[in-house]
Amino acid sequence: MISATAGHSPAAWPNQWPDGRRYGALGAPIEVTGSDAEAQPEAVLVGVDKKKIQGRSLGQIAWMRLKRDKVALTGAIVVILLIVLAIIGPFFVQNPLTYHQNLIDPTYNRPKSGIWHTGISGDHWLGVEPGTGRDMLARIVHGARISLLVSFLATLTSVVIGTVMGITAGYFGGWVDYLISRTMDAFLAFPLLLFAIALVGVVSDGAFGLNGNGLRISVLVIVIGFFNWPYIGRIIRGQTLSLREREFVDAARSMGARNSYVLFKEVLPNLVAPILVYSTLLIPVNILFEAALSFLGVGVIPPTPSWGAMLTLAVPIYSSDPAYMIIPGMAIFITVLAFNLFGDGLRDALDPRAK
Amino acid sequence: MFAYIIRRLIGAVVMLLLVSLVTFGIFFWLPKLAGQTTDQIAASYVGKAPTAEAIQDTKERLGLDKPVVVQYGNYLKALAVGKDYKAGPVTDHCPAPCMGYSFRSSQPVLETLLDRAPATLSLAIGAAIVWLGVGISTGVVSALRRGSVWDRASMIIALAGVSLPIYFTGLVSLALFSYTFKIFPGGGSYTSVTDNPLRWFEALVLPWVTLAFLYAAMYARLTRAGMLETMNEDYIRTARAKGLPERTVVTKHALRASLTPIMTIFGLDLGLLLGGAVLTENTFGIPGLGRLAIDSIRSGDLPMVLGVTLLTATSIIVINLIVDLLYAVVDPRVRLG
Repeated sequence: MISATAGHSPAAWPNQWPDGRRYGALGAPIEVTGSDAEAQPEAVLVGVDKKKIQGRSLGQIAWMRLKRDKVALTGAIVVILLIVLAIIGPFFVQNPLTYHQNLIDPTYNRPKSGIWHTGISGDHWLGVEPGTGRDMLARIVHGARISLLVSFLATLTSVVIGTVMGITAGYFGGWVDYLISRTMDAFLAFPLLLFAIALVGVVSDGAFGLNGNGLRISVLVIVIGFFNWPYIGRIIRGQTLSLREREFVDAARSMGARNSYVLFKEVLPNLVAPILVYSTLLIPVNILFEAALSFLGVGVIPPTPSWGAMLTLAVPIYSSDPAYMIIPGMAIFITVLAFNLFGDGLRDALDPRAK
Repeated sequence: MFAYIIRRLIGAVVMLLLVSLVTFGIFFWLPKLAGQTTDQIAASYVGKAPTAEAIQDTKERLGLDKPVVVQYGNYLKALAVGKDYKAGPVTDHCPAPCMGYSFRSSQPVLETLLDRAPATLSLAIGAAIVWLGVGISTGVVSALRRGSVWDRASMIIALAGVSLPIYFTGLVSLALFSYTFKIFPGGGSYTSVTDNPLRWFEALVLPWVTLAFLYAAMYARLTRAGMLETMNEDYIRTARAKGLPERTVVTKHALRASLTPIMTIFGLDLGLLLGGAVLTENTFGIPGLGRLAIDSIRSGDLPMVLGVTLLTATSIIVINLIVDLLYAVVDPRVRLG
């Protein structure tokens, strides 16, 4: 409902930081349901009513709001389960490389049994792969490990580069800001997917003392991380620009603090919330990026399983075995959705405007 | 205004130089950095069984024995004034925007690019029309009826939409609408619009809808957020106070202002797609620039890769410029200076 007199009603500004900048660069700027709108403002008040008025850190307020946001919590739980699955799952599943040719119907090259010819059975909970009969559950679990490893490390890379660049540009301004901002613009005009594919292709055989999947994973991390930093960089720059003008920064400076002190002790702590939110929202973007590269054949080297590469296999056989695509596709979907839900909730919980 | 356009055009040229330099660097400088010798690089362009002669020949033909800077200079020179290729007794002249010849098919790069462009153009523009229409209208209605069943339902669908990869939704739609219900033709059935407009349309419906769904989801979210924000602006209250009909307030005042950030993103998205919708073209088997790019990268066809990347970067830059100029038309608060 829109109220013309709402003015600066907090709930109506879910996607802004205090300086009025929108932070929708990752294309995920809104809440999912109305539930968080109900949860936020009262969350603080309830606490105030029961106890005496006391100071609360941003973390405490955020946790209180997050606890009441069922959708975000569901996302968080799925994320945790996925991480646990990726870490310990591979020790419990079958060997993802073992062929089970006896389960494959040689005429159609698809599993003989199971609903929709998926080969689902007591031995193979998610069925087997067409053609080879490799266990799908094992391939999905091992794929989760690759997907999460690459996307976490790539996000870390982007966040480190983006924060350093953004904070430098925003704090020092002038020609430094101009140079960094133009660089960020340039990155946005690059055909990233093509560059990423070209890069992985060029160094595919072994380089920098690495080879095989170690090299591939490093290249994926560097390529994805390096190309995504401007998204974080822009947000951090905007935040720093407004923080720079705040009184506490002036106060620190007037007391003779050096630039390094102001940056690390005054500005950076205030950037923790946006960094956290955008890291969470960048992870699903990077999961999709890794899957896209794997889909195009420049991910980890087969037979090492990856979700994107499983979908590549689905392209030529979609008419003979339409059920096969569902499992790797849903794996990507559920993972990305869970991170998006959690990230959206985290942003709403950490948004200082919604106090 | 005029000075602004000139400045932007200069910026565009600098950007293109940068993009070509980086692409060139990836193919010629990075392999050296990674420890490959010139012979090894040349061998990778020769093919399956490289002989010493073939390697030497390739090195001379491609100028691999010269420093990377010189090679890059030659490429730019050919782009600006054209180039003569000596093939035995005959001299082949490659006119002004000369991007060289494919290593693999020996076709002129520019010709191949122009040959592949219509498929990508059809895909990108058709999808853009669908996603702008669906995405923006969904976003506006959601914002105006915030918290309603429509709002919640469409935002849940939109969140699912931004979490789905195109090569999955594409495959699902192919399996459903092409294989199971046989409504639309399957993958790889693209026909040129000049050959058969009906077939062209039929073959593109699924790719359009699938591609547009993902973007529409994103645009609905962005439009909703933008509209919620603008509807709280003081000038909306003013517009209402002076008795304007709600319809005028929403379309002329609120929507116009919310559209500017969406236009920026639209410029980037469309520009990138026009350079090749890599994933969509691969999923649906559309012979466009994206397929060309992937095939060229896989076969190490450098002139072709450079051609596609330059074309993509050009389209992103040109469309961004157009978008920025349109800003002033859509949003009266924007002044170009």
